[in-house]
Amino acid sequence: MSRIAIIDYGIGNVRSMVNAFESLSAEVILTRDRTEIMAADGVVLPGVGAFAHGMEKLDQYQLTDVIKDYARTGKPLLGVCLGMQMLFSHSEEFGHTPGLDLIPGKVVKLSPRNAKIRKLPHVSWNEIYATGQSGWDNTILEGVRQNEDMYFVHSFVARPDDAINILSTTGYSDDEFCSTVRQGNIYGCQYHPEKSADAGLNILRNFITMCKVNHDV
Amino acid sequence: MSKKRVIARLDVKNEFVIKGIHLEGLRKVGDPNQLAKNYYGQGIDEIIFMDAVAAYYDRNNLSHIIEKACQDIFVPITVGGGIRSLEDIQTALNSGADKIAVNTKAVQTPDFIKTASQVFGAQCIVSSIDVKRISDQKWEVYVDNGREPTGLDAVAWAQQVEQLGAGEIMLTSIDQEGTKKGFDIELNQIISAAVNIPVISCGGAGTEAHVVGLFQETDVDAAALASVLHYDLLAVNSLKQALRQNEVKVRL
Repeated sequence: MSRIAIIDYGIGNVRSMVNAFESLSAEVILTRDRTEIMAADGVVLPGVGAFAHGMEKLDQYQLTDVIKDYARTGKPLLGVCLGMQMLFSHSEEFGHTPGLDLIPGKVVKLSPRNAKIRKLPHVSWNEIYATGQSGWDNTILEGVRQNEDMYFVHSFVARPDDAINILSTTGYSDDEFCSTVRQGNIYGCQYHPEKSADAGLNILRNFITMCKVNHDV
Repeated sequence: MSKKRVIARLDVKNEFVIKGIHLEGLRKVGDPNQLAKNYYGQGIDEIIFMDAVAAYYDRNNLSHIIEKACQDIFVPITVGGGIRSLEDIQTALNSGADKIAVNTKAVQTPDFIKTASQVFGAQCIVSSIDVKRISDQKWEVYVDNGREPTGLDAVAWAQQVEQLGAGEIMLTSIDQEGTKKGFDIELNQIISAAVNIPVISCGGAGTEAHVVGLFQETDVDAAALASVLHYDLLAVNSLKQALRQNEVKVRL
């Protein structure tokens, strides 16, 4: 059986993530140990809150290099919410903060453009849809309906340098942003799949399947 | 397109969901975990657990209910009632809550919202505001489950909690609460126009038309329902169908 490591760096509600994976009968560990992370068949980087604070905590537990080393193994990595944002090169939240730099791009504040929809943070169920050429087959979004609703809670969004990495897009207040990113084995979701009812669990199930494939090879 | 949210609010006392009118005269209506699970099955967007007596007796004891709830409920869960310290917030988050709602403590020490928001992030901090109408277009903030008037003006306080870093406001009209006579539309219009953070409206839902009207006539982001769900007067899925038929965007 494949083992999924959820990175525990003292940020946010990781219990929900553990529960969601356990409900799908996955073997899950919550860890900040290099050996356990490197040995896992899949790694999840969760997180909520401020970018700089998240990176500080990763540094504090010397996890930055561990995550980069793990990503190089080619095994599946999934960043969720702040965990997705930290996969990018840098953030403009509080000036300029370097990220993990696994996917080229930056993190910027959402800019509501419609005066009638002006609220931030963006706390809502909202649709994800494919905009590029690439379909969702053989990705974590396989089997997810176009325009399916996922649960979002954030004020910042990722802007990948290369549009080919954008797996899904979401609109808020006449602004569009990347809601699912993919570069090879590295995935990120701006929404919370672990809080998005059956549609979200479907994404986690796909992730588990990828980890199994990896494990069986 | 972002969606309006339909939220179930469960006020809990001694392991039971209870419900009163104007936050008083509380009656037992069921098991919190069973009700939460039912609402999740019907497509609820979020669940709020409030410890109905905690602010009064200065304690918080919802943890084990939350722990159980989030083993099979995969939508956001908010916990409130008796949150008085950063440790209380950490305990609630460790139990599996995504957000916490704070009321009495925030009025006593407004900087509590600021500190909590800095430590846990604005997305985690819901400012719960209970108000009573005192005159035309004027509402006063109450604490301790609607027992204690504070002298604070509802609009000014809502703007202040936004400044302090609250990520959302949960606004309860004590006048309408438990009456099933409809929301205080004017209150919701004025508060949701006065702030730039999402507003969850509580208090008064009795029919589908009340909820439809709330979303059509005000800029609130979510409706929290209690009595109508607990007493089976409305089902979440049919309410959402009715909202969609009236061109209110919701998740189905």
